[in-house]
Amino acid sequence: MLEIKNLVVQIEDNRILNGLNLTVNDGEVAAIMGPNGSGKSTLSYVIAGKEDYEVLDGEILLDGQNVLEMGADERAAAGVFLAFQYPLEIPGVGTMTFLKACLNAQRRARGEAEIATPDFIRQVNAAAEKLEINKDMLRRALNVGFSGGEKKRMEILQMALLQPKFCVLDETDSGLDIDALRIVSEGVNALRAQGRSFLVITHYQRLLDYIVPDTVHVMSKGLIVKTGGKELAKELEASGYAEYRTNEAA
Amino acid sequence: MADIANLRTSAETGLSTLFETARKGFGSETAISREEAFRFFEAAGLPSRRVEAFKYTDLRAAMQEAAPPAETPALDLATSAVASATAFSAIEAVRLTFVNGHLIRELSDLDRVPAGVSVSPLNEALSRGDARLKNLAPVAQARENPIYQLNTAFLADGALISVEAGAKVETPLHLRFVGAGAEGFSTATRVLVEVADGAEFTLLETHEGPNGLTYQPNDALDVHVGKHAAFRHARINREGDKAIALSTISVRLDDESRLETVNLVTGAVLSRHQIYMHVAGENVNAVVNGAAMLGDGQLADSTLLADHAAVGGVGREMFKTVIDGDATGVFQGKIIVRQIAQKTDGKMKSDCLLLSDEGQMMNKPELEIFADDVACGHGATCGAPDQDLLFYLMARGLPKPIAESLLVQAFVGEAVESVTHEGARAALIGEIEAWLASRG
Repeated sequence: MLEIKNLVVQIEDNRILNGLNLTVNDGEVAAIMGPNGSGKSTLSYVIAGKEDYEVLDGEILLDGQNVLEMGADERAAAGVFLAFQYPLEIPGVGTMTFLKACLNAQRRARGEAEIATPDFIRQVNAAAEKLEINKDMLRRALNVGFSGGEKKRMEILQMALLQPKFCVLDETDSGLDIDALRIVSEGVNALRAQGRSFLVITHYQRLLDYIVPDTVHVMSKGLIVKTGGKELAKELEASGYAEYRTNEAA
Repeated sequence: MADIANLRTSAETGLSTLFETARKGFGSETAISREEAFRFFEAAGLPSRRVEAFKYTDLRAAMQEAAPPAETPALDLATSAVASATAFSAIEAVRLTFVNGHLIRELSDLDRVPAGVSVSPLNEALSRGDARLKNLAPVAQARENPIYQLNTAFLADGALISVEAGAKVETPLHLRFVGAGAEGFSTATRVLVEVADGAEFTLLETHEGPNGLTYQPNDALDVHVGKHAAFRHARINREGDKAIALSTISVRLDDESRLETVNLVTGAVLSRHQIYMHVAGENVNAVVNGAAMLGDGQLADSTLLADHAAVGGVGREMFKTVIDGDATGVFQGKIIVRQIAQKTDGKMKSDCLLLSDEGQMMNKPELEIFADDVACGHGATCGAPDQDLLFYLMARGLPKPIAESLLVQAFVGEAVESVTHEGARAALIGEIEAWLASRG
């Protein structure tokens, strides 16, 4: 599904990723854990196509196609989805208008017909109900006045609607209380399927109790330094990241 | 040091000659003083950037020649011009059509004015000396303004509109101004709207004209909003690309009255829209908004004076300017709170979105506060579209031009959101979308 080879990235002369390699297979949920500043968020932005980052070397292949050659919108149409750590508020842009514009832009890019309005409303309502998003939120401007938890649920709603192939969840658990964490996780779990893979970025093991990963990678200083199964997350929870910080210092 | 008088420009000399010719045709009107207005204008001349109020909009430099006042156009010319005027045309309204500044009866709905409203053509009112003429120019400060003085001096046509006390008029009245012809001309129109106590009235106003035609419209709207009355006004400036479009709104607000006005500018090479608001009564509520979307070579100036002279007035002034190419936006806003006007709550804001490196925006907010128990503020911002927002939209699949358009639309849309009339609000959003689409 996704293969990252020797990815070297810098921002303003500051090297963040140092030849990172990572493979996520079809249908796999891979978790990336690591201390602050290890480059986790940078990795998510570079996959999604944020322009501030300079890619010095390497490639990111989605089903064999190098997404680094595409704009952020083209990547989205190809199936890349980033659930933002801090979803942005866009005053003046209605949530439904936004959702429909995104869905149709992706459809157009793939040469598909635009969605009929009744179908669109039905799909949004179905996804909103599962995520306990009320109709009032859908009537408001995108994310404006939403709580942290509501914004994260709105991200998952977008994911459910856009049906991407490869989803990156950037610290989706941050700012969530237990109930919101459960709702969001159930939303993600409902989307787990063959043909769709996830990269779940988090500091804490807690999220991985709800979204149980197939593999866990530890990231430090812009590299994947350890890979294991879901038990690795529990080990980290017990031992902390000290070992990896020591490695960095060494 | 010797006094150095400005040499009179060709346009100024031209205006004097035109006035001398025009005055021969004026009737024996006693209610308005064209002579006085013109003498005041002539003494100072066309305002240049040396005049503080015109620092960013140098009319003396912009107006090279004075265009002659337009004649009443032939009906076939007027009819064909109106056929291509589409602003607010989808809205169910009673229309008064002005072509080249003259009311065209055949293209107006004078016979189906809604109940509670009366409309008299201004030139008829002038010739019979209508008593309502004494209510023209309801705001004193406007009379000192050279654009308004020129309008008074050359006044050719317009309308007197009266709304009866307590009348809640649902159908809006649409003042449709259209420019047409092959030769340059000037216009001077004045519309007086008197909304009596407790009445509610919606006025739509559109200004359209052909590209390539050098014309100089000067339109003034005088409004008196009575006690507990509401006046709602939405205006579109879609003038041709060579037009120098000057306009003034003077509004007097009585106790507990409500005002809503918005002006959307996409047209004219140079436009200046002046708003004089006099809060004469207590506890008024005023929403004064403006939006301008400008491309290469355009300058749009919004100049506002909000004079609070009574207790408890609430004023919300929001101006949005989108600048592309080498366009220039100007916002000058002044709030005066007189000593008597305690508990005034005024907020004025001017935001600019720069889509190019060559554009510029001039913001000049001023507060003059003489009362001690008020909440007044102003803010001005200027910047490029937010790159993080752009990335967020693109990461959801929106191509960059669409994402940028959505952000621009959201930015400008805020200024028209408060328009009560649903059809007018939708049409204004349509104007914004059309501008974005034409930008490609």
